[in-house]
Amino acid sequence: MNVSLNEKIPNNVDVGGDKALQRALERWQPEFLDWWSDMGPDGSKGYEVYLRTAVSVEKGGWAHFDFVRMPEYRWGIFLEPARAGRSVGFGEHRGEPAWQEVPGEYRGNLRRIIVTQGDTEPASVEQQRHLGMTCPSLYDLRNLFQVNVEEGRHLWAMVYLLHRYFGRDGREEAQALLERRSGDRDNPRILEAFNEPTPDWMSLFMFTFFTDRDGKFQLCALAESGFDPLARTARFMLTEEAHHMFVGVTGVARILERTCQVMAKERTDSPERLRALGVIDLPTVQRYLNFHFSVTLDLFGSELSSNAATYYTTGLKGRYEEEKLDDDHRLKDAVYPVLAFEEGRLVTREAPALNALNEKLRDDYIKDTASGIARWNRVMEKHGIEFRLAVPHKGFHRRIGALAGAHISPDGRLLSREAWQARADEWLPSAADRAFVQSLMGRVVEPGRFANWIAPPERGIHGMPLDFEYVRFD
Amino acid sequence: MSESAAEPRSAAAHETARELITCERHPDRYRHWRLAVEARVATLSLDVDEAGGLAPGYRLKLNSYDLGVDIELHDALQRIRFEHPQVGCVVLTSAKERVFSAGANIFMLGLASHAEKVNFCKFTNETRNGMEESSAHSGLKFLAACNGTTAGGGYELALACDQIVLVDDRWSAVSLPEVPLLGVLPGTGGLTRLTDKRRVRRDQADLFCTSAEGVRGARAREWRLVDEVVKPGQFHEFVGRRAAELAEASERPRQAQGIVLPPLERRIDAAGYHYALVDARIEREARRVTLTVSAPERREPEDIEGILARGAHWWPLRVARELDDAVLMLRMNDPEVGTWLLSTRGDADRVLEADASLERHGGHWFVKEVTGMLRRTLSRLDVSSRSLIALVDRGSCFAGTLFELALAADRSYMLQLDGAAPGAPCIACSPMNFGAYPAANGAARIETRFCGERGAVEAARAALGRRLDAERALALGLVTAAPDELDWDEEIRLALEERASLSPDALTGLEANLRFPGAENMHTRIFGRLSAWQNWIFTRPNATGAAGALKVFGTGSKPGFDWNRT
Repeated sequence: MNVSLNEKIPNNVDVGGDKALQRALERWQPEFLDWWSDMGPDGSKGYEVYLRTAVSVEKGGWAHFDFVRMPEYRWGIFLEPARAGRSVGFGEHRGEPAWQEVPGEYRGNLRRIIVTQGDTEPASVEQQRHLGMTCPSLYDLRNLFQVNVEEGRHLWAMVYLLHRYFGRDGREEAQALLERRSGDRDNPRILEAFNEPTPDWMSLFMFTFFTDRDGKFQLCALAESGFDPLARTARFMLTEEAHHMFVGVTGVARILERTCQVMAKERTDSPERLRALGVIDLPTVQRYLNFHFSVTLDLFGSELSSNAATYYTTGLKGRYEEEKLDDDHRLKDAVYPVLAFEEGRLVTREAPALNALNEKLRDDYIKDTASGIARWNRVMEKHGIEFRLAVPHKGFHRRIGALAGAHISPDGRLLSREAWQARADEWLPSAADRAFVQSLMGRVVEPGRFANWIAPPERGIHGMPLDFEYVRFD
Repeated sequence: MSESAAEPRSAAAHETARELITCERHPDRYRHWRLAVEARVATLSLDVDEAGGLAPGYRLKLNSYDLGVDIELHDALQRIRFEHPQVGCVVLTSAKERVFSAGANIFMLGLASHAEKVNFCKFTNETRNGMEESSAHSGLKFLAACNGTTAGGGYELALACDQIVLVDDRWSAVSLPEVPLLGVLPGTGGLTRLTDKRRVRRDQADLFCTSAEGVRGARAREWRLVDEVVKPGQFHEFVGRRAAELAEASERPRQAQGIVLPPLERRIDAAGYHYALVDARIEREARRVTLTVSAPERREPEDIEGILARGAHWWPLRVARELDDAVLMLRMNDPEVGTWLLSTRGDADRVLEADASLERHGGHWFVKEVTGMLRRTLSRLDVSSRSLIALVDRGSCFAGTLFELALAADRSYMLQLDGAAPGAPCIACSPMNFGAYPAANGAARIETRFCGERGAVEAARAALGRRLDAERALALGLVTAAPDELDWDEEIRLALEERASLSPDALTGLEANLRFPGAENMHTRIFGRLSAWQNWIFTRPNATGAAGALKVFGTGSKPGFDWNRT
């Protein structure tokens, strides 16, 4: 069993030599496969998919391409190679050697951080499990499966940490990660955004652009952790997360490309006309963008958070690109501007920087998002179309934090509840919008063919042509 | 806020400087709770207004509470007891999603002075004990429907209920994170109720109380931390069914007209707090107050219909409500007034008649509730950290229920007049003194007075209904001293001045110890062992020093501990 386990699980953490880890994984792995079979991509069991598998941490080793049946995917455990002499980079332990084992006093908080992160990974697989039935091309279907297996691997990465470092509690939490279900009222995933369905491919692309980008920022903050195994795990996960965002950024860009082609050809910007022609009008894209942007902003949590402050001070979770920031990396007396909603007005208040770390990470995220959206706008520019996608105001459609009670338009105006609600359908996907997008979702699986509403990508996967059979059905 | 609020202040400065905390609330104006009554079940939903803190400087996030929130809870419980007699079960739940209550607000505690913290804990303890008393004595049952995270004081509130149902959404946990997060204790009865009430094994209680995240799901039930865990989809229905079962088993009446509790007629001025039957007259320079309680002026009705018609004006209820309010006003607003002189005025016969009605109609829900109100009010006196001295002087009427005041006092002085001089004060016991008002230790005050010695208690019982002059009262051990008219003024003056010169801390400790001799029970352990340790921890630098855990909570800074064990 040991040998086979070691073979089945590509790793650089010496699974073969760690009895406690083996014991945990021997029980967990079959249950993971059961979960994948129940909750993984619908009906995909026999498919052979041209997938990338990480087989080592050597150069190029993280991207080994071949056809794989997904239940046989070799979910591996990889940590970025240790850096000799790494020290804690921030907080009260700054300068002390990074921890190779969990410090007892931070055990609870670390476990909570890892569980919360880990829970999002299987959640997104569950959210996306029916999308294979309506894929716009084999290329896209393959990308979906690639994202899915890698979310699965990210689950493995977090489970490794739980098994290896948190004893019995860790094993129980690892078990619970397989038991919660996205959208299950009795048994939901931890974060609300991960209980929302991903009903169509437009939502998938938006999700991978916006929500996986939140994942990137969370992982970047964890990559700074003083708990070295977590930092190294997060760093390795980031290489894969980049692909998920690639799926989102190119997916939306291809939708825009296709719509712009039709707009130019037909010389129309009428949504009704464009819809009749089977493409997604640009205002609808903006509404989907507004929705996913605002829902994802909530994932960063409250503007002022004592947990965030504690995680930072105790060296568990840093800031985005901590090392590049030019300050004392302790932030004891530092302040940070935070937008607040007080007595019916939006005001900016200086808050203790330690408490405002969620807000700082959210602001970094918004900057990153804005540059991605600027790339999308180049599609319209190229076609000489005036319409531009805009980044909504930070306070638009928020459910969590200080702005949750405010009714703010996407361009940042404070409105009455009634005025806001009267225009909600202009700003967020309406039921009719969703029904229209859903109506476009047909299954296209002929190699080289793409659904009418989306343009082909510029190039294929790993140098393969666009008409390559990326997925072979049984 | 500073901790050195003990500087003497002139009365005038005192009046202009202070803003009073008052306890009058009404369901129409609650900011934090919603009270809904349907058939035999009342649902109290906690929906704390974040911006509704009693003092500036903190926001009441995640259904965390401060004294203001708890004063509303206290009011709501009173309304249920009196205005909704058909209610047999109270469901405590949250109107917010995914959180029941995060407990006492930490930032409030971090800002509060020591005295404010202690006062806050005492009041919340009394409210929770009151719930358990209502369950035991009136059959009003409580069900905690924990529909989300139930932490710290939130779980302590649940612990005061008869049953706890926790939602099993794989996330919501019950927890007592005070030790690991705040460096203090779960001091609102939590620690004590775990072991004494729910019989949680002490090693599991140790694990539970040192884990910040708490315990959820099946393990919470296995460890007896909750009674049931229920999936979100069935939660509402389950709670409804369980509440109906509890209500069904309640001895409260199925159908009865409630008694409305009108606002108290209270006047506040520089001299103190003035009510129809209770008067609190403060002498600021002497740091003392005279609490005068009046007997009924006229005969109260003796039949239940007449009593119900009197409602909130019936003397026993009115006097209880006024005295309760006066005690709370003094406790919350006048911490430097260290000596409370307990005095009575009026006709002892009227008091004994009222006692006869209380006894005769003791099975009626309203009379039962009034007796409970008197019991809780007298209990407030027992745990007030003030010197209580009863003055049995001319015109007084320490009889029956009002004699409990003298029994609650740390000392009692009775004026001794020659023979049958006119106006000579007397005291009298009624059956109400022998078990109707058990103190926190479960015993009648007269039993506690004699450390449970049957002979002394029986001698007093033998004098039931008789008017006892000072000589007789002294012989029976029912008063402390009986100066005659020539000595009285000077004796009392000296005693009070001497008392007022002693360390207020030492007096608090002395009184708290002597008031509850003998066997302990859960409530005395909460007010004694748990509160005393908590109050000690509150004053320690590890909790409240500049780097204390309570002070730095939420700032991200790590507490700096002095590692020496004491």
